[in-house]
Amino acid sequence: MTERLTPFLWILFSLGGTIAAFLFPVHLFLGGLAFPLGWLDAPSYEALRGLVQHPVVRLYLFVVISLPLFHWAHRFRYTLYDGLQLYHLTVLIAVLCYGAALVGTAVAAYTLWNLA
Amino acid sequence: MSDLSRHTRYHPRWYRRRMSVWWWLKNPAYSKFVLRELTSVFVALFAILFLWQLRALVHGPDAYAQFTARLKAPLFLTIDTVAFLFVLFHTITWFNLTPTAMVVRVRGKRVPDKIVAGSNYIVWVLLSGIVAWILTRG
Repeated sequence: MTERLTPFLWILFSLGGTIAAFLFPVHLFLGGLAFPLGWLDAPSYEALRGLVQHPVVRLYLFVVISLPLFHWAHRFRYTLYDGLQLYHLTVLIAVLCYGAALVGTAVAAYTLWNLA
Repeated sequence: MSDLSRHTRYHPRWYRRRMSVWWWLKNPAYSKFVLRELTSVFVALFAILFLWQLRALVHGPDAYAQFTARLKAPLFLTIDTVAFLFVLFHTITWFNLTPTAMVVRVRGKRVPDKIVAGSNYIVWVLLSGIVAWILTRG
């Protein structure tokens, strides 16, 4: 089971890592710094609400939230193994990491579905 | 990475010296490696923040106003600054690793690493520009 899943998890890791590398800096800079600090005018509630009505935008948001969570799950799992040497907790760590990514994905899907 | 060797009952135990949990502080290259691996925590943090923003958007204008007001608090600005630096570190290390992870050949010749990595940076600037344009056109 685990053997068969491993290549798939590596694919999710690299897809999520690529998405985060290309798109997270700009979103984090605008949403977390430039808009709250007033360096740039933040889009209004109505404008954002209108933007997320578009199916392509919702698909974009789903991918941009879900895949980086799997990237985290995979990388953080190995960080815990190598960094803290928790080799005896292999199964527990894997279940918690991928489980959290799955929960995040489900919440994202549910939220975006309700935004329609 | 995951050679979690399990030995049978009568197998002699291997001799393994116990390593300190802080092994990565002794050498700058190891520290950089661990910092790079820790970027994933900030990637997840931002994904959750992003999701939180969407949930506020679903809950209506008041919930959304409350969310944006919270982002202006010093605590959130500090977290976002640190997260931004880590995410930037992720981007740079990720782009610079692509030539190693993916060997591109044109007419049998290997494309130089600098061109493979450099094309990432060009696409990055373009995508960032598009996102910024969509979110700031008013």
